[in-house]
Amino acid sequence: MKKVFKADKNELSSVLEFIEAEAVKSGCPAKELMRISVCVEEIFVNISQYAYKNNKGEVSLDITDNDDNIIISFEDSGQQFNPLDNKPPDINAKAEERPIGGLGIHIVKKMMDAVKYEYVDGKNVLIIKKKVKNN
Amino acid sequence: MSLQITKNAADITTIALEGRLDTSTAPELEKYMEDCIAGINDLVLDFEKLEYISSAGLRVILKIYKNISKKGSMKLINVNETVAEVFDITGFADFLDIE
Repeated sequence: MKKVFKADKNELSSVLEFIEAEAVKSGCPAKELMRISVCVEEIFVNISQYAYKNNKGEVSLDITDNDDNIIISFEDSGQQFNPLDNKPPDINAKAEERPIGGLGIHIVKKMMDAVKYEYVDGKNVLIIKKKVKNN
Repeated sequence: MSLQITKNAADITTIALEGRLDTSTAPELEKYMEDCIAGINDLVLDFEKLEYISSAGLRVILKIYKNISKKGSMKLINVNETVAEVFDITGFADFLDIE
């Protein structure tokens, strides 16, 4: 199921409603749903903050299930940017020395089974995959 | 998200968070703490009804921690499994006092 949203963090609750409703239809258990929601939030907010100048643009989300996996792709036409290239945060830093921020993509990488970035036809495409059932 | 604030006889402030601490709600907690942090020395954050935390929530927790640890103590109680996982993978579990 595909849906297009404005790349605006005020859209976050609509984005999560859409993803959660679709994931539940795929039989995603509550615990995995929470993990997926956290990651969708991190990616969507990242795109809405950095992809477009003046905050004007769209993000297309596509959620599918495949065997026991949920796969979500995010597509935007903003400036080319691979969030996976970002330097990982120092998670061993002392609290006093920690910068505020930089943890979102780290959470996504750790919580999902696979995260992939591509730049295709002028679009940033980020795909996350999570196994949600143990059959 | 909703916040419930209580102060007990030993002057420990307990803030119970309910719902989601995310990009949409974290500014609410940040604003509340900016207004009140001067009057708080020892803080307990009760996460029993907190379902969910994202990096936006972590930012506010870190900010509160940096403030409080200069003068008092901060403890998190009743943290659920998903929230605990976020604290673990980001290293927050290493410095936060989680009961």
